[in-house]
Amino acid sequence: MQGAAGATRAEVEAVPSPLKTPATANGADAAPGPAQGGAKRIEAHDVDLFYGDFQAVAGVSVTIEPNKATALIGSSGCGKTTFLRALNRMHELTPGARVEGRITLDDQDIYAKGVDPVQVRRLVGMVFQAPNPFPTMSVYENVAAGLSLNGGRVKKAEKDEVVERSLRGAHLWNEVKDRLDKPGSGLSGGQQQRLCIARAIAVEPEVLLMDEPCSALDPVATLAIEDLIGELKNRYTIAIVTHNMQQAARASDVTAFFNLEETGKPGRLVEIGPTERIFTSPQEQATEDYVSGRFG
Amino acid sequence: MQAPPETNTLLATPLGGRLWRRKTVNWVMTGLIVAAFAIALIPLFSLLFEVAKRGIPGLSWEFFTSSPRGVIGGGGAAHAIVGTLVITAVTAAISVPIGIMAAIYLTEYGGKSRLRRVLTFFVDVMTGIPSIVAGLFAFALFAIFLGPGIRLGVMGSVALSVLMIPIVIRSSEEVLKIVPNHLREASYALGTPKWRTIVKVVLPTAFAGLVTGVMIAVARIVGETAPLLVTTGVVDSINSNPFEGRMQNLAVYAYSEYRTPGVMKQASYDRAWAAALTLIAIVMILNLAARFVYRHYRTEIR
Repeated sequence: MQGAAGATRAEVEAVPSPLKTPATANGADAAPGPAQGGAKRIEAHDVDLFYGDFQAVAGVSVTIEPNKATALIGSSGCGKTTFLRALNRMHELTPGARVEGRITLDDQDIYAKGVDPVQVRRLVGMVFQAPNPFPTMSVYENVAAGLSLNGGRVKKAEKDEVVERSLRGAHLWNEVKDRLDKPGSGLSGGQQQRLCIARAIAVEPEVLLMDEPCSALDPVATLAIEDLIGELKNRYTIAIVTHNMQQAARASDVTAFFNLEETGKPGRLVEIGPTERIFTSPQEQATEDYVSGRFG
Repeated sequence: MQAPPETNTLLATPLGGRLWRRKTVNWVMTGLIVAAFAIALIPLFSLLFEVAKRGIPGLSWEFFTSSPRGVIGGGGAAHAIVGTLVITAVTAAISVPIGIMAAIYLTEYGGKSRLRRVLTFFVDVMTGIPSIVAGLFAFALFAIFLGPGIRLGVMGSVALSVLMIPIVIRSSEEVLKIVPNHLREASYALGTPKWRTIVKVVLPTAFAGLVTGVMIAVARIVGETAPLLVTTGVVDSINSNPFEGRMQNLAVYAYSEYRTPGVMKQASYDRAWAAALTLIAIVMILNLAARFVYRHYRTEIR
């Protein structure tokens, strides 16, 4: 696993990042190395997001490349979580919320008529801010939840295999293999969050969205999750919302900076580019002010 | 630029000057609250004590195992115990599915719709319906189909359901509301349809609370008298078929033993008190069962 991860990282670095602007990323020559594990590219075209009359996000066009970790940073209330939730059609669960613009998953419009949001969420998994294992289920059942929650008979042996593979994938197997039948809520916070990641990857999504996955965790648990992100991007497309700039710098390949001009105005995408460039030589003044800690 | 005059409020009054006053107020208020609590408990204990004192002499093997024997009196309340259990079971079988499903509609599907607001309003109104009205409703309903004067166990169950459904809806709604939204979202994010999320995540998480709510609703209707008097009638023999003939129950039995005692009046009165005691015991057992279920199956919700 470690060896494979190292190789892929080298590959990723070898491909020049095409993410100067979303427009160039759409070109055919912008395709990165061969996508592994069915990771898919997400593209947003001029997306506006609303809560009733309030516009939370305006005019965001962005490409989230497969097999990379894309960090969404920005101050509180700038719409990055809202934007993330639009990517797997969770935004519309809020009463009155609506979406304008186009979001595609490998060129398929996820908001097209006739598209089943349930199907979209199967392909685009999500890990939430606070660890939220199902409190009535054991560790095993939590990981298998995606399989059994979706009906259909899954053989016990097959389930066992998926559970083990997912827990290993989330770096949790060794810690919980002897207490798979214990309640998932009995684990520590960091373990619970990794359990939630295992649960999300058990259904084999193609994209993994993470909404501040470490904000409720201590530094050691945070580091464990960040390592995991580095490995998961070999198989999945990853978008991660974070408040923590060090985390964006450590764990992501691409960083998108969101900002809002003033309270009450919608959040906008200010700049997106390779993480290193965003943190060392941003093109926009607002980005520089933010990453240098002048506000936010 | 004048400096504010030095004021030290601590020293403005002698230290401790207010402390005495505050302690006194605290003492008085504590006393009042304890007194209010005691006053609330007095009737409860007095009632329990009285029912136990007068009910225990009437309790006997015969009381639990036999039905009344003719005009001479004697016999027991077996028919009424069976009737109470059957009527209550049928009531629960009608009310629990309807009540829980209605609560699921209100919390999971209703949103902010007009229908939801209208339903909530009428549920609130229904919780205040006088029980005799519920009895007359069932009486009139069955009279349409089966002719006037009909008396059936199931009529009593329908009448009690009118009383029980709103209680189940209210308690289930409250319990479903406290299932945190992030659990629903976690389930949706796995690509789980809404109905399956409700069945597999929301209901199991709320299970203990739902059971407790149902038990308390049962305890509330098990002692109803008036609606059963007009729907299930008074009868002296065991009838366990709710769809055939009259059916006795403990509350009506206590009432009729007192109202029309047999030849040996005191024995009838004893049986009435014993029936009341049995009823209280049933309610108490249900409440204890609810607590047990709650303790053992509740889900820690954060």
